[in-house]
Amino acid sequence: MILHPGVLALIVGMVAVMAMMLYAALIGIKIVRKWNIHSSSQEQLSLERKTYLISTIMNYVMGFEIFSTLLFVYTVDDIHPVFIGAMCATGSLNANPVGWYVLYAKIAVFFLGAVWIAVNIVDQRAEDYPLVRMKYAMLLAIAPFIALDAYLSWRYFVDLKPNVITSCCGALFSPEGSLVASSLSSLPLIPMMVLFYLSVGLFLVSGVTAVCSGRSFFRYSMGCASALLFIVAIASIIAFISIYFYEIPTHHCPFDILQKGYHFIGYPLYICLFGGVVFGLLVGIFEPLKKIESLTEIIGMAQRRWAIISMALIAIFAVICSWPIVFSSFTMAVY
Amino acid sequence: MQRHRKILEYALSSLLRRKYKNIALIAVFSFIVAVLSSVLFLTHALQTEAENILVEAPELIVQKVAGGRHDLIPVAYTKRIKMIPGIGKVTPRYWGYYYDSLTGGNYTILGVDREIEGLTLLEGDMPIETGECAIGKGVAAARRISVGEELVLTDGKGAFSMFTVTGVFSAASELLTNDLVVLFYEDIVRLFDMPADKATDIVVEVFNDTETPVVARTIQRLLPDTRPIMKSEIIRTYSTVFNWRSGLVLTMFFGALVAFCILAWDKATGLSAEERQEIGILKAIGWETANILELKFWEGVIVSLTSYLTGVILAYLHIFYLGGSFLSPALKGWSVIFPSFRLTPYVSVQQIFILLFLTVLPYVASTIIPSWKAAITDPDAAMRG
Amino acid sequence: MEKQTIIKTKNVSKVFNPGMADETKAVADVTLKINRAEVTVLKGPSGSGKTTLLSLLGCMARPTMGSICIKDKDVAKLPERFLARIRRRTFGFIFQQYNLIKDISVIENVMLPLYPLDVGLREIKARAEGILDDLNILNKRNMKIQRLSGGEQQRVAIARALINQPEIILADEPTAHLDTKLSGKLLDILQDMNSQGKTVIIGTHDPLVYESDFVDRVVEMRDGMVQQIVEHNR
Repeated sequence: MILHPGVLALIVGMVAVMAMMLYAALIGIKIVRKWNIHSSSQEQLSLERKTYLISTIMNYVMGFEIFSTLLFVYTVDDIHPVFIGAMCATGSLNANPVGWYVLYAKIAVFFLGAVWIAVNIVDQRAEDYPLVRMKYAMLLAIAPFIALDAYLSWRYFVDLKPNVITSCCGALFSPEGSLVASSLSSLPLIPMMVLFYLSVGLFLVSGVTAVCSGRSFFRYSMGCASALLFIVAIASIIAFISIYFYEIPTHHCPFDILQKGYHFIGYPLYICLFGGVVFGLLVGIFEPLKKIESLTEIIGMAQRRWAIISMALIAIFAVICSWPIVFSSFTMAVY
Repeated sequence: MQRHRKILEYALSSLLRRKYKNIALIAVFSFIVAVLSSVLFLTHALQTEAENILVEAPELIVQKVAGGRHDLIPVAYTKRIKMIPGIGKVTPRYWGYYYDSLTGGNYTILGVDREIEGLTLLEGDMPIETGECAIGKGVAAARRISVGEELVLTDGKGAFSMFTVTGVFSAASELLTNDLVVLFYEDIVRLFDMPADKATDIVVEVFNDTETPVVARTIQRLLPDTRPIMKSEIIRTYSTVFNWRSGLVLTMFFGALVAFCILAWDKATGLSAEERQEIGILKAIGWETANILELKFWEGVIVSLTSYLTGVILAYLHIFYLGGSFLSPALKGWSVIFPSFRLTPYVSVQQIFILLFLTVLPYVASTIIPSWKAAITDPDAAMRG
Repeated sequence: MEKQTIIKTKNVSKVFNPGMADETKAVADVTLKINRAEVTVLKGPSGSGKTTLLSLLGCMARPTMGSICIKDKDVAKLPERFLARIRRRTFGFIFQQYNLIKDISVIENVMLPLYPLDVGLREIKARAEGILDDLNILNKRNMKIQRLSGGEQQRVAIARALINQPEIILADEPTAHLDTKLSGKLLDILQDMNSQGKTVIIGTHDPLVYESDFVDRVVEMRDGMVQQIVEHNR
């Protein structure tokens, strides 16, 4: 195990989060079984009060998961000198079989948690709390993902051995390899650029129509456009966006842009991408819930707000990605 | 926004009304944060210092190994190593450790074989002939000698050798030179009774840094009784050791943190009758449970951020102005002659976040349930007085 | 003229500690109508259920059974956060013990009910100063509560009850700690509020209150039940 302060901080946070989630899940089971908004019994009152506690706990858990994802990425990047052959976070993640799964688990928890928080906020605005059962059932479904994240993180850090020889981004993200990452880095440049900007354009158009028109179709399409944009954006970062930041045609690593040498530009880039995609997804996800009478107007207003935030974040993301392409002296034309 | 501002203001006034309890809490919390921050600052500063120094270190050092232990290396190996492509200068080094029974300290003795001029870190001159030496500040202080005076060392046969001090290394270079004694190389060979055809190790210059592992492997193949050591390996070892040491100290203080969280829980749960009534009144006059939770949240944030900032500032002063006197022995190492160097203040954004995770987060988490219990106070409890 | 009903209760009961050894029925099967801009007194000795009924009417607690309609909206089964909103918008409370918060100033006490709203501090302060001025206590606005006399604290409590411009004022034993002179002053203020169109509901066993000539109706309570309702024609 590598006793890096960042590792300790993550473990401390995970223990706190697991304890809180376990407590929240136990209460959640009770709520799903016994909730009855029409009852005035002491038990119902007690359950209503407990929903405040769960909301608070989940807000903290989500806040922690977001920060811990950033801290995790920073920590694995910081410990890379300890592994032979590692030059960035990629090397550290490769040093242990579960490394990448930790990252995937964290990303899954981020999206699921964001949806839960949104459901909670919307539910609490309606007088009859119509989504309580669904919300707490969702909580019980999310809890195993958080437990999985905690377990994998634990396994990853505990089993890390400094004398492991690992392969870094040069090998993983090179076109010669046989993994998905290699395929992404060998995607042709111009078509990828076209696809990327088309996806961004499509997303923004769907966002504007979702805000201006009340029709379900546009809101669903914004949700779909967000999902598509996420996939295209990650592929594009590996395929060509990273190249322009590094000014090296063979350097496709998606993690090096998080380093000091590149002014930590990776952090705002990924924060805007993930934030923008999450808000865009919420617009589509909540559309079917408008059938519930007490939620129609509440969700309508929320969707407009989310769409605007989403578009703003994705616009910033697109500007960050385009900046080196437009303004740096590096050009891929010669290659 | 307005609402949050007003509740925040009320939270501040609420904390000030219960000053003594909160000051005690902040004092304890600040102390814990100060200890944890000191550990992080010290290790990071030492690590950065070490990395900066190692920038100038040779890419590759070749040592001879006999029976698994470091042995003197034949100077003839330099010719064989020079023939490997991609290699620049190949220089044998003469150095060793000297135990000074007078002071109980260990000196590092380094031999030089040519005139070296223009060293800004040296007050005086380097030795240019036998019988001369340049010494570090720690050696000068331990032996109470200065330029022009004599340094007496004993060789392996028990005979005394005297060296005139021609230069003393300045304080600014203490980390590197504190326990250093530089002799003309003939003197060190004589002092350590080294065979004429042997050196301590060989320094190899590699033109292309990225080729160093390849060169190292080639040398190993060519000279199987040698051990090439790369600069990157040294950096990695330092990194591991510093991380390990800081992690160890942090783990030890984890117990203190847990104890503090229990204290925080207890304080938060133990609402006085007056505090309970105040919440009841607030609810009776129209505050919701969510508003009370927000109030408690702000109180927690104010207490923990105040403690955090106080602790971090105290730690900064402790490490960068007081030399980390409370923590150094655990983190710096076993040397008796200790450089009293001033660490360059270096605090990164990541450290700040790690400290937040290690301190503010557990505190806030341990006060969630007590805050909630307070927030669900029945408003009609206020009606009954 | 037909008076508009502002609060309607039907078979409202409140049971504390149900199913336990110390189960208490504080309010039993109360059906009542309170009209807009009227002064209603809940009269009865200690333990008659007046305070509990006041807290139910004022959305501070949920009834165990029955329904309560505030301006035609059934609030009996509303979740707590919505009850709090109605409470904040519609009611102003004057408690028996005033329940002012010690160690903060007069004006801060008065402003507190509006803190959870998205209204600027400046606007709240202006409103508070206006009310304190009307009650002739503006000059003491920065003093700490514990330095005020009983009568002054009472006026601060009233000011706090008025800051959110409520339609209904609820007062629980408002004259309990006051001498005759101060009680008279209080009743004048309540009468003044009523003349401005506010509905006033007072829980008391003080004859000075329930025999006042500005009271429209007296509801007599005993053991949690309504014994009789006496209309006063003014």
